Amino acid sequence: MAYEPVIGLEIHAQLLTKSKIFCSCSTLFGAEPNSHTCAICMGMPGVLPVLNRTVVEYTIKMALATNCAINESCNFARKNYFYPDLPKGYQISQYAQPLSEHGYVDIEQNEGRKRIGITRIHMEEDAGKMIHDEHMPSSYIDLNRTGVPLIEIVSEPDMRSSEEASAYLKRLHEILVYLEICDGNMEEGSFRCDANVSIRPRGENAFGTRTELKNMNSFRNVQRALDYEIKRQQYILESGQAVIQETRLWDDSQGVTLSMRGKEEAHDYRYFPDPDLVPIVIDESWVAEVRKNLPELPLEKRERFMRDYQLPSYDAGVLTSSRVLADYFENVANLSGKPKAASNWVMGDILRFLNEEKREIKECPILPQSLAEMIQLIENGTISGKMAKDIIEEMYRTGKPPKTVIEEKGMVQITDEAALAKTIAGVLAANTAQVEQYRGGKEKLFGYFVGQVMKATKGKANPQLINDLLKKMLTAS
Amino acid sequence: MKITKEEVEYVAHLARLDFSEEEKVKFTSQLNDILMYMDKLNEADTAGIEPMSHAIALQNAFREDTVKDSLSHELSLSNAPEARGPFFRVPKVIE
Repeated sequence: MAYEPVIGLEIHAQLLTKSKIFCSCSTLFGAEPNSHTCAICMGMPGVLPVLNRTVVEYTIKMALATNCAINESCNFARKNYFYPDLPKGYQISQYAQPLSEHGYVDIEQNEGRKRIGITRIHMEEDAGKMIHDEHMPSSYIDLNRTGVPLIEIVSEPDMRSSEEASAYLKRLHEILVYLEICDGNMEEGSFRCDANVSIRPRGENAFGTRTELKNMNSFRNVQRALDYEIKRQQYILESGQAVIQETRLWDDSQGVTLSMRGKEEAHDYRYFPDPDLVPIVIDESWVAEVRKNLPELPLEKRERFMRDYQLPSYDAGVLTSSRVLADYFENVANLSGKPKAASNWVMGDILRFLNEEKREIKECPILPQSLAEMIQLIENGTISGKMAKDIIEEMYRTGKPPKTVIEEKGMVQITDEAALAKTIAGVLAANTAQVEQYRGGKEKLFGYFVGQVMKATKGKANPQLINDLLKKMLTAS
Repeated sequence: MKITKEEVEYVAHLARLDFSEEEKVKFTSQLNDILMYMDKLNEADTAGIEPMSHAIALQNAFREDTVKDSLSHELSLSNAPEARGPFFRVPKVIE
């Protein structure tokens, strides 16, 4: 029987605020354990949490970028459970009244574009970090992360393959990073993903029993875990058994999902409105203000690059993979007036140099103006494309503008016809046998002459000019 | 009866409270009285009235996103029953 997977994702993204959601402790990653804590985030009795306004603003940003409706009024609720990383015995989250609902993003698949629904986006606080002792029955708690602001983005069960899930995840990741509200670092846990997955016979409308997958800390692992889980459920159904609704952990080293087993009792969080926090009312003027400052989003940028710069979809995709890279390219394209050449140099040489040294585009020693200037020097024939390959390497190494590099290396292209003709005459004189053969009809030898002239001019001659002159001089006498 | 002894046991378990049989019976009866009293509130006509989560008519109490000093980790840990280095130490829990 053919089965169809049904996948929904829950994403937690840490917001890039300076301070925590309900207190003024720093959110910086990597500080000494328990040094970014205070009476509020540690849940001491009698303290009063006060909401960080920037958290609301960032959540509105994400809601607008994903076409969500923003609720005029929303509030915080307490989600009650006991766990050592949660000092208050409850997590402050949103429940019955989230900030936003009913959105969507589009993903691109080989078959075309597909719309994935977003159920809701809400604000909440992160929990602390536990480190388990391998040798003793002890766990160690660091509460620095407690109270760091998160948004939870819940999708509709709209994805039908691990590829779609991966594309959706990447789309949300790039939007969050573009908006500059999340650093997107999956290893440090600032972007986390849980997946709900079930399978059903193709054509069936009812959902099968789902499992929830956790502990996948990279894009690749999300896809691998889903592929494994889809196969596992298929195997269970085909052998006539039933899938058990449970939470399963992805084990990266074994490449499998494992049941968390044990007391999988149904959670009863007893949500209720948090009496310490007053309702949040978001009026139209606030939304309009946030909307006004929304940057161009990756998909829109991609389409504009294809339209305005006539770039192929692949190029547009690579160049818009980050805002800084897209800005760099646009500067080079506009300053040089040659978008396709700009795209080739940025995607080819520039990204290769940076990748080799694991550097980011913002650290690129070649300024956009310099690269644009170099492209113009090729256009006006001052240097050849081949010379430019050496020049750009020197520019990257030294950070010097192209004209300085060219002067220092004496690399100006020979465009003086008379001088070049003299060189060609010399080459022809030294290769009389080949000249005879060429004139006798062996026209393939033309390339050989070009090579000899290039060699004699150390690659500095304008290739077009060599071609023209060679043709003229070979047919002349 | 508004609440059964089983429900009291369930709620007690969620709150990680351990009661004797005697206490369970007593709390069931007391909670029952409280819930009966709450029923009186249901007599009020609330048709067309938005539920409210606070008694005070206040909204949008915000703070600006600025960092202030935290407690030192020595102070943070000073109430902890057990600590190890800069960490709180708890019985191992893996869920």
